[in-house]
Amino acid sequence: MAIEVRLPTLLRSAAEGQSVVKTEGDTVGEVLRNLAAGYPGLEGQILTGDGSLHKFVNVYLDDDDVRYLDKLDTKVQEGSVISILPAVAGG
Amino acid sequence: MPVAKSVLDLIGNTPVVDISTLSPNPEVKIMLKLEGGNPGGSIKDRVALSLIEDAEEQGILKPGATLLEPSSGNTGIGLALVAKVKGYHLKVVLPGNVSPERRQLLLIYGAEIIESPGSEGSNGAVRMATQLAKEHPEWVFLYQYANPANPKAHILTTGPEIWRDCPDVTHFIAGLGTSGTLIGVGSYLKEKNPDIEIWAVEPPSGEMVDGLRNLDDGYIPPIFTEFGGEKLLDRKTVVGPKDSIEWSRRLAGIGIFAGISTGAALAGAVKCARQIEKGVILVISPDGGWKYLSTGAWTDDIDVVTERAKKTIYF
Repeated sequence: MAIEVRLPTLLRSAAEGQSVVKTEGDTVGEVLRNLAAGYPGLEGQILTGDGSLHKFVNVYLDDDDVRYLDKLDTKVQEGSVISILPAVAGG
Repeated sequence: MPVAKSVLDLIGNTPVVDISTLSPNPEVKIMLKLEGGNPGGSIKDRVALSLIEDAEEQGILKPGATLLEPSSGNTGIGLALVAKVKGYHLKVVLPGNVSPERRQLLLIYGAEIIESPGSEGSNGAVRMATQLAKEHPEWVFLYQYANPANPKAHILTTGPEIWRDCPDVTHFIAGLGTSGTLIGVGSYLKEKNPDIEIWAVEPPSGEMVDGLRNLDDGYIPPIFTEFGGEKLLDRKTVVGPKDSIEWSRRLAGIGIFAGISTGAALAGAVKCARQIEKGVILVISPDGGWKYLSTGAWTDDIDVVTERAKKTIYF
């Protein structure tokens, strides 16, 4: 199924300026791998060479950080939204 | 109540109020710990006192020393208060897009403000302060993001207060900034009862960090990594400004005037309450609403305020 993936400003130039890209996949990892396959500029930006999540990237399924769900194996559902955001501090 | 010898003795020991009337689930209680009553107005007074007294004990702080700290506001204000009382000078690296009240409070307590680009958020303030610390080894860089005295404040005070006042707590929910509150309270509570779940709430980083050039400008507080934050947290959820403001308004509707990040944490608690069968959720209210009056969060049109909040740091 096609899932809506929202990109942060700093990754949009690698995806032809788009802020939202519809991408196929049944798990978060699958969607992210397909996304990078479609836009080579994103290769290595969200997932590292060994296939794990980039340290400074937070990936949310709807509003939940997938690191605290089933990580990249987290299942997506029709209508789910994946958001990619850089890790920032507060305080 | 005994008369306090110093305003610093008034830090901590904050009250908890039952706000279960706002819970969407009759089997789930929601409790709010009000940190706005600290003398500097936020939970960060605890951290500030701990950072400074720890440095004093280690002999790093000599009388009249100058401190340097990056802060989006509350830690800076807390440090400014403690520094004023103890006779230190403070320089705060502050992002340009914080509310004017935060800026004014720093000046009231005598701190010097060094402005960092608002478009880089707190990450930019951290980067600038780290650079300044290298150039000025004569300044004492307490660095709340990497200093164990930050979570220690909550292991020694906030955590035990919660356990004392609310021992039936099943879920602890707080905002994620430096991660000090979550790490400190979370590890204390898990040690008392490993079944207690720790949930983090954070604002969307989206528009706030348009100034970041690449992902390597991202930032994870060293204390989060060192204290095993990823293992400790059971859940991390994003709450946007609109929900945060709406829940701040609902709190005002039951007579509680708390800051926007309290609304965010409460929105996270309501989400949690909908997902669990029963329980007691303890939520941290980091500060009162006073510092956010200029944002119009309670009085202006919700959509206008939401747009404004997207450009203002309120965590």
